[in-house]
Amino acid sequence: MTIYGTAILSLSLLIGLAAGRLLGALVGVDADIGGVGIAMLLLIFSTDYLKRTGRLQVSTESGISFWGAIYVPVVVAMSASQNVRGALSGGVMATLAGALGVAVCFGLVGLFVRLGRGKEKEES
Amino acid sequence: MIDLLLPVEKVLTSYSLVTAFAVVGVTMWISYTLSEHVTKGRIHGSAIAILIGLILAYIGGIFTGGKQGIADVPMLSGMGLMGGAMLRDLAIVATAFGVRMTELREGGLMGVLSLFTGIFVSFAVGGAVAYAFGYRDAVSITTIGGGAATYIVGPVTGAGLGASSDVVALSVAAGLVKAILVMTLTPFLAKSIGLDNPRAAMIFGGLMGTNSGVMAGLAATDPKLVPYGAMTATFYTGLGCLLGPSVVFFIVKLIIPA
Repeated sequence: MTIYGTAILSLSLLIGLAAGRLLGALVGVDADIGGVGIAMLLLIFSTDYLKRTGRLQVSTESGISFWGAIYVPVVVAMSASQNVRGALSGGVMATLAGALGVAVCFGLVGLFVRLGRGKEKEES
Repeated sequence: MIDLLLPVEKVLTSYSLVTAFAVVGVTMWISYTLSEHVTKGRIHGSAIAILIGLILAYIGGIFTGGKQGIADVPMLSGMGLMGGAMLRDLAIVATAFGVRMTELREGGLMGVLSLFTGIFVSFAVGGAVAYAFGYRDAVSITTIGGGAATYIVGPVTGAGLGASSDVVALSVAAGLVKAILVMTLTPFLAKSIGLDNPRAAMIFGGLMGTNSGVMAGLAATDPKLVPYGAMTATFYTGLGCLLGPSVVFFIVKLIIPA
């Protein structure tokens, strides 16, 4: 049944978010640390287990994959509900603080990606 | 005429989530058509759709004066629900379905390294800009630095340190600028920074950290990379909130004696 898949997905998210909150509380911050990441791992492990034991039916899978496929539209809705006006009205300093950080990080991504590749080549 | 439109408006408002599905669907269709016929596929359809979304958000912000973009228009309030944390997180976890564990493990170490580097570098750059603009107290510098991390890290750090409300507002604005720049620039810069594989996506997620920026930026680049970037980015804000008011503030205080 399709709802089984959606239920597995929902449970993964709920448990992951609760674990992320718990992790936050343990180190003393009122924020979620890695909740979505933990949820992703739970979904990967649970569906992998069901697949290996032959219990993951196609209809169950469709209850998960629908939500994955709707991801881009959800992101479009997210971008349409961003506080763009707030970002543009922050003045020169806020714009510069945000933009410079992004520029440096883009540069670092390029550097780190190359670093990783270099190591890979040395190893092999 | 008004009498005829009123029931329509009522349906669109009370079924706002369904309205949002329809509006986003039309937006996607327009974007993919533009992508195919006008840009000849050079700009990805989802990149155009996200850009249209941001423009709509700006228009919404101007007309309503609210903080939720187009979702502040009553008829389109469903956009806030559809693009809000609940459905967004459900959808993003679903993208992990089919991800291979080996790829996550391979990118893991670089991902963790990227996370810490990304957080400290953002604080440093944001803090340096604050210093350049005349801020000399460690609390304001750390708070604005937090804003350069994400628009959540900034205010959380500011609240923890007791920053003034105008400094907190600036840090939120800096974080919003970052999120929007990452959303829009990523698809255009992806090629030149080598962002075309799961490992690079994990590095990208860790260094950028801004959830909405990373998620939309990767969706516009290659939806297959989304779960990998999200995996590291999801730790960023929490870690930033942890490190900001503690370690980073301590370092800033060492550099700038109050």
